[in-house]
Amino acid sequence: MAGKSEALQDLSVAYVMQPVAAADWLIVAPVIWCILVGAVLLMLRKRTDLQPLIAIPALALLVLMTLGLLVHVFQSGTLTMTMGRWLPPFGISFTVDLLGAFFAATSALVALGAGIYGRSDVDDTGRRYGFYPFLMLIMAGILGAFLTGDIFNLYVWFEVLLISSFGLLVLGSERKQLDGAVKYAFLNLIATTLFLVATGYLYGLFGTLNMADIAIKASELRGTAPLMTLVTLFLLAFAMKAAAFPVNFWLPASYHTPRLVVSALFAGLLTKVGIYALLRILGMLFPFEREELSFLIAIAAALTMILGVMGALAQNDIRRSLGFLVISGIGVMMAGLALGSPAGLSGAILYAAHSMVVMTALYFAAGVAARLGGSFELTSAGGLYAKNSLIAAMTLMLFLSVAGLPPFSGFWPKIMLVKASLDIGAWWLAGAILVTGLLTTITVGRIWALAYWRPAPAGDPDAAALSPLPVGATMALAGLVAITVAAGVWPEPVMALAQDAARGLLDPSAYVLSVFPVEASQ
Amino acid sequence: MEPILAILVGALFTVAIYLFLSKHVIRILMGAAILGNAVNLLIFTAGRVTREVPPIIPGDADALTGAAANPLPQALILTAIVISFSFFAFLLVLGYRAFQELETDSSDDMRVAEPVGDKTPPSGY
Repeated sequence: MAGKSEALQDLSVAYVMQPVAAADWLIVAPVIWCILVGAVLLMLRKRTDLQPLIAIPALALLVLMTLGLLVHVFQSGTLTMTMGRWLPPFGISFTVDLLGAFFAATSALVALGAGIYGRSDVDDTGRRYGFYPFLMLIMAGILGAFLTGDIFNLYVWFEVLLISSFGLLVLGSERKQLDGAVKYAFLNLIATTLFLVATGYLYGLFGTLNMADIAIKASELRGTAPLMTLVTLFLLAFAMKAAAFPVNFWLPASYHTPRLVVSALFAGLLTKVGIYALLRILGMLFPFEREELSFLIAIAAALTMILGVMGALAQNDIRRSLGFLVISGIGVMMAGLALGSPAGLSGAILYAAHSMVVMTALYFAAGVAARLGGSFELTSAGGLYAKNSLIAAMTLMLFLSVAGLPPFSGFWPKIMLVKASLDIGAWWLAGAILVTGLLTTITVGRIWALAYWRPAPAGDPDAAALSPLPVGATMALAGLVAITVAAGVWPEPVMALAQDAARGLLDPSAYVLSVFPVEASQ
Repeated sequence: MEPILAILVGALFTVAIYLFLSKHVIRILMGAAILGNAVNLLIFTAGRVTREVPPIIPGDADALTGAAANPLPQALILTAIVISFSFFAFLLVLGYRAFQELETDSSDDMRVAEPVGDKTPPSGY
């Protein structure tokens, strides 16, 4: 019995870990900050004048926090913080590696752009409906998903961002919005429910929800447990969230209906969370099952990019055209996942970050164009270059960037992916990426020629009669354009970052070591 | 007990998917409610179903000896119930508002956002 009481003493200490260093609080700080500011903004619901004045500095601070986290992770490697100081498999861990920190920093930048753009785009009614609180809460969900190291926690963050996205989508309750929201809400509900089913099965098989723990146990369970079923369910659920081809129909039905800034935020961030989850779960936790499924993923990827861009070609409304371009970009990222090589995964990561910035900026550009020309329709647009050549020049840069032409940020990840496909002899996948690039160039080239270059139709108010463009909207657009140009001209730092992040996915030993320092060293 | 629950889960999924295939929003809503419960029951069953076995560690042991129900899946379900309930509440209001505004319950007729015979882009300059 003496041994027993000794064991009791040891146990009480053994289940608790050392408190984390003060700098490591950066891991959860972005999420806590978003929820806190969201709560404050909710209390100030009726002070519509104050909301942007609080939200925009708060988002700027969020950008600083996530950039600080990125630098911290870059310097000291993967970081882990476990809630309540419980030892990892028992407590919920937040584990941040380069991939999570990179996506978190990029998405915070995009959210800052949306906060600034929203100041002129969302009127008092929209603010009373809660644009800024929802913006902060959706960021809490997105950042939580990027930073967590626990699968059930990932599910919860998905739900947080989904319920905030519902709020943003029906801001104003117009007929069109309700129509789009019905399709968006039901199909996304099914996707998250599939994710929950897969999570339930995963716990039944593994007895753990901690990602590092799963990475350790997956090799032991392979062969005895039905892991293929599990991974296929995850693939279906996340492909639906990411809007990959056979399950993408909720996106073009809804993304053009809400306020423009909401469309921009969704196009930039929501589908990329699905891609992140695919990279994390298929790329890192179940690499062997991903290899088995790679041909299926590659076919879905090729169809997603080609059919996506063909949809974009057929649209008259610029916003709907951009919605299809989002889908097309998802196909390119899925191609990287299908390849699974270091070059493929880093191409997918870089393309996702590029797409976050550029798709948001494209919607901003469409909004500015509609303000100048009065319409989103290609049939009635025209003369935008004559009205404001600076905006037109920035839009042209974004068009070239989304088409993947140098020297903009879309060029480099496409080069990496084409080369990675040719390296393993998948010429048809490389061909699909290149054909998609050509068709995208035609799509955006036509928008440019018709809406910007063509003379304004008769009866259009001339530039002098227009109210001046809001400074905030122009600044938000210019900031995002500057990022895509900078990342295109100096690609080395971001490419190195994406390659390091991909290495971390392919060899999760650093990730595991961060969560279980003792066990791994034994 | 588990086989019966497993069959029940399967039946609930079947009903939910059948309802989802309908065009009417109200049926899809009922499908969503049933699907949420089906998933919760699935996780509950996966966490072992035992009767009247309190998970108490005997005085002379450090771990549980017999098989007892795992409490963690039940905690997961608790979270999932709250989420699916709030979702259902939102969807119910959304479906009702859509019915008021669009004056239809059929997803075939909900074409305000994507009108049939929408204009095609100009084919020439």
